[in-house]
Amino acid sequence: MLDFLSRVFGRDSSSSKNVAKERLRLVLVHDRANVSPELLSSLKNDLIKVISNYMEIDEKALEVSLDSSENQVALVANIPVKRMKRANKSPA
Amino acid sequence: MGEVIVITSGKGGVGKTTTTANIGTGLAATGKKVCLVDTDIGLRNLDVVLGLENRIVYDIVDVTSGVCRIRQALIKDKRFEGLHLLPAAQTKDKTAVNPEQMMVLCEELKKEFDFVIIDCPAGIEQGFKNAIAGADRAIVVTTPEVSAVRDADRIIGLLEAAELRDPKLIINRLRPKMVKHGDMMSIDDMIEILAIDLLGVVPEDDQVVVTTNKGETVVRDEKSQSGQAYRNITRRILGESVPLMNLEEPGGFINTLRRMIGLK
Repeated sequence: MLDFLSRVFGRDSSSSKNVAKERLRLVLVHDRANVSPELLSSLKNDLIKVISNYMEIDEKALEVSLDSSENQVALVANIPVKRMKRANKSPA
Repeated sequence: MGEVIVITSGKGGVGKTTTTANIGTGLAATGKKVCLVDTDIGLRNLDVVLGLENRIVYDIVDVTSGVCRIRQALIKDKRFEGLHLLPAAQTKDKTAVNPEQMMVLCEELKKEFDFVIIDCPAGIEQGFKNAIAGADRAIVVTTPEVSAVRDADRIIGLLEAAELRDPKLIINRLRPKMVKHGDMMSIDDMIEILAIDLLGVVPEDDQVVVTTNKGETVVRDEKSQSGQAYRNITRRILGESVPLMNLEEPGGFINTLRRMIGLK
């Protein structure tokens, strides 16, 4: 009933217009930044290489994406760390 | 010296040709000398929308390749004194004309007409580059759909790259009822996303289909909402400040209910 009411009054955040707007926002972030999936995946591989010099990370769970908020685009990387490497091995 | 305005959208089927025909007719009805140029070579349509399809002798390719003079290729509208059409070629493709030739053509037409309105083909390839080459300003047409707004965004970027600054937006086929129910992006949603100035909003209207069937333009239909919308757009192009028309239907059960419980 509540669901029905919020639909009637157009206040439902899952209304199809909001879905459209959100999808559009996301697709435009990529369009405007001119970032291809290939570029993102090679960036991901490079990140893994660099970070692996310092810590052991969960490569499979690593996520890299472009995000937009308030007219700004941010590169968001979620990198689960398994454990730190010993400090005595200095990176190349 | 006249002004060259290109009507573009990226995506096909959003109403570029209909918009071109209505703006052209609207401007001509105010006494301006107007030339409409169809640059959709190979997919000529502006002629049928205007009801002038039976009078074509020469086309734009004949002009740019020097087969005829501009004056010979222009078709005079029967209803409006100042309205002329330079039709696209139907049997050639977009590479039959290049941007340099378009610039020369636009310069020539500007001497003769107050407004040169260019109907751009869909896409971002040569046809688009031709259409914008000689333009002084641009109007981007979109509909309230993800695909159309996405393409509009791309087009705005390309227009800026081509130094056609400050394009204006026309939102076509808006359905106020669906917007109200949260099932269609609103005017504000699209303006916010595209971040350009609004030139006008044309509501979805059966009358557009009816008039186009007859080779007429809805801008001359005094009673229709879309006609009013196009007349407002025409006045804004001429520099007048015209408020957006009210697209909402007043009253109605839901409205009354919303007001009663203070949601509006």
